[in-house]
Amino acid sequence: MARGILGRKIGMTQLFVDDRAIGVTVIETAPCTIVQIKTIESDGYNALQLGYGEIKESRVTRPIAGHFSKAGVTPQRHLFEIRIDNPEDYTVGETLSVDLFEEGDKVDIAGTSKGHGFQGVVKRWNFAGGPASHGSHFHRRPGSVGNCVRPGRVIKGKKLPGQMGSRRATVRALQVLRVDPERNLLIVKGSTPGSRGAILELGKRHG
Amino acid sequence: MDDILRAIEKEQLKEREPFNTGDIVRIHERITEGTKERIQVFEGIVLKRSGGGTQEMVTIRKISSGIGVEKTYPVHSPKIERIEVVKEGFVRQSRPYFMRRLRRIR
Repeated sequence: MARGILGRKIGMTQLFVDDRAIGVTVIETAPCTIVQIKTIESDGYNALQLGYGEIKESRVTRPIAGHFSKAGVTPQRHLFEIRIDNPEDYTVGETLSVDLFEEGDKVDIAGTSKGHGFQGVVKRWNFAGGPASHGSHFHRRPGSVGNCVRPGRVIKGKKLPGQMGSRRATVRALQVLRVDPERNLLIVKGSTPGSRGAILELGKRHG
Repeated sequence: MDDILRAIEKEQLKEREPFNTGDIVRIHERITEGTKERIQVFEGIVLKRSGGGTQEMVTIRKISSGIGVEKTYPVHSPKIERIEVVKEGFVRQSRPYFMRRLRRIR
């Protein structure tokens, strides 16, 4: 992910683009302040550490407050990093905002997907399940998970029941339909991970 | 709904003549055939309005050469030039589906 900022998912709606109704996601952003610049000499890689979101002064722990005061910026709720190639082009305290994106750009959007809890294989992996009736007792079970003595174990990565969702998910190459620098809004075509209010990483695609 | 979403939807909303279910309306729809554009008019009784904001849809029913025809349009689509109320109706239901079973209407 290249240059980017953080935003909050407001929700989805419908816009008419070229007389066609298109499902869109509205994302509210805020200017993100550069808190730290990491370089190959000091950290082994080039990156910008950005802060996003308001936080009450009293909620900031002393070590974190020290990190912010070193940069000379007010404390922010979220910190995240973006990799860059040219750290010398930026200074600490500068901000990045939505105007970095343009209409028609492709963006990658990452966030935490909606949590579905511990789910069986039918919901989690779209297994077909067995017959519901006619004497069948095999309803939503995973069935056989492997062979006998060779290999004598279950193959790694086997699709089994478990936690579904609530993990990091990236949706790639979403088209930017509208940028509103005044209201700090970004409207993209399609859906993004997470529920309303979810924090999203917005990154511009290379090229 | 969130205020920001509502504001964005508001920009998209078209000014439409107010109408209710049971009214007889005329929908003027822009139809593009190849390069030519023309207006197609569909006149009938409003059977239902569903959804809200930009996503609102309206279902119109008419009897066309003895066969009942229903068409559903997005109310705020830019393709809909105009919605004209021909006659105000009176129905007790918000969705007068009973009209589908009537032998003769209009």
